[in-house]
Amino acid sequence: MRVALFITCVNDALYPGTGRAVVTLLERLGVQVDFPAEQTCCGQVQYNTGYRHQTEPLVRRFATVFADYDAVVTPSGSCAAMVREHYPRIARRAADEGRDGELAELAGRTVPKVHELSEFLLDVLRVEDVGAYFPYTVAYHPTCHSLRLLGVGDRPTRLLRAVRGIDLVELPGAEECCGFGGTFSVKNPDVSAAMGADKVRNAVDSGARVLCAADNSCLMHIGGTMSRRGGGPRVLHLAEILASTEGNVT
Amino acid sequence: MSSRETILNRIRQALTDVPLAEAAQDVTVDRSYLRRHGERTPEQTAELLAENLADYRAVVHRCTNAELPARIASLLAAHGSRTVVAPAGVPARWLADSADVERVPEESTARQLDMVDTVVTGCALAIAETGTVVLDASPDQGLRRVTLVPDHHICVVRVPEQVVDSLPEALERLSPRRPLTWISGPSATSDIELDRVEGVHGPRTLEVVLVRG
Amino acid sequence: MSDATSFPQAARVSVRNAQLRGNLRHATHTIRAKRAKAVAELADWDRLRAAGAAIKDRTLRHLDDYLEQLETAVTAAGGTVHWAVDADEANRIVTRLVKATGETEVVKVKSMVTQEIGLNEALAAAGIRAYETDLAELIVQLGDDRPSHILVPAIHRNRTEIRDIFRRQMGRWGRPAPQDLSDSPAELAEAARLHLREKFLRAKVAVSGANFMVAETGTLVVVESEGNGRMCLTLPETLISVVGIEKTVPTWRDLEVFLQLLPRSSTAERMNPYTSTWTGTTDGDGPREFHLVLLDNGRTDALADQVGRQALRCIRCSACLNVCPVYERAGGHAYGSAYPGPIGAILTPQLRGTASALEASLPYASSLCGACYEVCPVAIDIPEVLVHLRERVAEGGSTTRDGARVTIKPAKGHAAERAAMRAARWAFEHPRALRAGERLAARTRRAHPARLPGLSWSASRDLPTVPPEPFRDWWQRTHGGEEAK
Repeated sequence: MRVALFITCVNDALYPGTGRAVVTLLERLGVQVDFPAEQTCCGQVQYNTGYRHQTEPLVRRFATVFADYDAVVTPSGSCAAMVREHYPRIARRAADEGRDGELAELAGRTVPKVHELSEFLLDVLRVEDVGAYFPYTVAYHPTCHSLRLLGVGDRPTRLLRAVRGIDLVELPGAEECCGFGGTFSVKNPDVSAAMGADKVRNAVDSGARVLCAADNSCLMHIGGTMSRRGGGPRVLHLAEILASTEGNVT
Repeated sequence: MSSRETILNRIRQALTDVPLAEAAQDVTVDRSYLRRHGERTPEQTAELLAENLADYRAVVHRCTNAELPARIASLLAAHGSRTVVAPAGVPARWLADSADVERVPEESTARQLDMVDTVVTGCALAIAETGTVVLDASPDQGLRRVTLVPDHHICVVRVPEQVVDSLPEALERLSPRRPLTWISGPSATSDIELDRVEGVHGPRTLEVVLVRG
Repeated sequence: MSDATSFPQAARVSVRNAQLRGNLRHATHTIRAKRAKAVAELADWDRLRAAGAAIKDRTLRHLDDYLEQLETAVTAAGGTVHWAVDADEANRIVTRLVKATGETEVVKVKSMVTQEIGLNEALAAAGIRAYETDLAELIVQLGDDRPSHILVPAIHRNRTEIRDIFRRQMGRWGRPAPQDLSDSPAELAEAARLHLREKFLRAKVAVSGANFMVAETGTLVVVESEGNGRMCLTLPETLISVVGIEKTVPTWRDLEVFLQLLPRSSTAERMNPYTSTWTGTTDGDGPREFHLVLLDNGRTDALADQVGRQALRCIRCSACLNVCPVYERAGGHAYGSAYPGPIGAILTPQLRGTASALEASLPYASSLCGACYEVCPVAIDIPEVLVHLRERVAEGGSTTRDGARVTIKPAKGHAAERAAMRAARWAFEHPRALRAGERLAARTRRAHPARLPGLSWSASRDLPTVPPEPFRDWWQRTHGGEEAK
């Protein structure tokens, strides 16, 4: 099986540790992973801000770069959802409007092979216990796109429960949006900040040392809010907890 | 062009993506939702009705047909009712034991009805799953205002023949030509802090008598 | 009714109102849990939801036929049907009908659509006083306020504020509130009952909306809780119902779906206390005259949009408001129309167009968290429509206004953003340039401040620190050899 890592632009530039963790984790599980260097960005920010036409070239690039792999794994529920939920729609609209008739076919071939990390582990590799060790109290924030768009369900928490040493605690109001929302956080800064403040309060109230999610963009917003408001749990991507082993904890 | 034509033309213009040959029935509606939520004996259905009525603060009573006049009399007495309105189709024997309570005619104005203590009616049917009684203005239920203005409503439901399980079963037994009033518990509001409070403009006390035999 | 203040500007003020935030939080969280419980009672909820969406789609795709059928049935049952292209025409029709009765006051059932068209103001200008009779609408009217929620227009007020409004204002409109009125909801409801009863008993004309209109039978349906609807629909001699054309459903049987979906989604009840249905007029029972005013007011423009038209499925339950994290913090007034919350964010820009600052900002008043779509009983994919409308704002393009196809320009104020998007796209199409940029950022990272003045992001949150090397450099360094194969 040829497996490619789609790192996402945010992780590439700002959270390379998450990418390293995914590679470490997959290699530990015996998966050889490729990183096609021509990959860039899924185009979610452009699309969700209303620039569908600007997104089309990125759809084409993604579909081409990853066309020959059997599976594409990405440590972002949001970007996985962009590809799986919106690419077919964007390609269809392009065809309807008389542009790039091949895009739908190209996207149609690549899209179903794209998996968010927890989906890849449970649905493709069929492992629940990835052999991780993480001796801390952790609260899991199910990011909106993982939860409602992608529908990862309890996959992340199943993986976390199998981690040795972990103490998984409940996050109050877990399913409520943290207020990031891409350009929402810039266009509606006051509401976004209010939502972030509530999420931070819930994270603090959970008593956890670590707040975990499967999306670094949400964690960037939550973590940035925390550091401004005087701290709270450490924010960590799911991959970094799953990659941790005894003697090598993140 | 009349506004009617303007609107209809705009609709037709807006729907140019709908094939001309498409009939409304071609748009599939999957009706695989449940006709009723669970299989129940008539006994269980009546029990569910009582439960759901009570859940929304209707007061539920049970009696036999023979006991009904005495039961109504005692409900009127307990409420301290001195006047009662009962539509023309309400059997005379229902109020046979309530001779001391003054009967007000159904045709009274709303202002006159505002002075009446209690209204006694039958119903068209009752829905167990939702705890609803439905009035269809038949002679034993009367004009709509009669069951609206007085503050105390006693509604008699014949069990089991007037009780259906579910909303789909109710709709197919009701005539849209008749003015219908569906009642699920007494008047209520959630307008203050989205918390339910019973009792605003309709009858604040709803007593449902489930009659057998 | 149009408001020049954009959503973020309005929200900047409301989000800082601690009282409002507290009231909204309390109310929406109360109803959220109850709705979930009421919905969980029905094992076939998803099938009912799909059927509800399908019936509405069937209606919308054949709306012209159904409206003609409805008109025939209402007329045959003794009603009179009027057609109004826009708000002004609807207001003129209603004003004329009221004047023809010789009356100078009307009682009103809560209706979103009369709020949308500004009927009360139009009637007032013609010397006709409209009394709102729904408790929450009464609170809004007495408080000289605006509704902020579809189901509970006074959701932004708590019990103490309501008591103060009643004590202060009831006397000016009719029977005063008792001076020792407490803030217990039961006492407040009692005060409203007494205040309004005299109005019900003397009213000769009522104005209502409707939740559903059945094309096959000409039947109208009003779903309510308090009994004020029954009062208005039953006691007056003349009833005027103003209803949006999209409220049509094909058959009587179709109500079996919507009367299950609506109460559980709205007030979280198995069934709301009162549902009234009527078909034309009934001899000796209820109004002698019945007028139905069918309103377009932008609906056919929304219908012309193949993505946006799903918004016309809406049955006004308000479940999307109650779960929306943005609504909960910004409050209903920030949406600048009768339709607040997620549904308002997709309905208002379609009904009014996206030309003004408010309407252009509404599609962005969402983090796209998807909670609204999840609870919508007729499966309106609100995030999909939001993104679709963002495209209209950001890129412009072809749309329908007042029945005519027009091409609109991108909204003002999006030029810098458009340039940034183009630049980003260019970089993302040139991975080497992207890599160079990332390296530059990494090299200069110690000079990056945690907050940048003028960048709204850093007003409330610190920026992440840029790592010493981007992922792709690490990969190249550690796995670079494998890339060649």
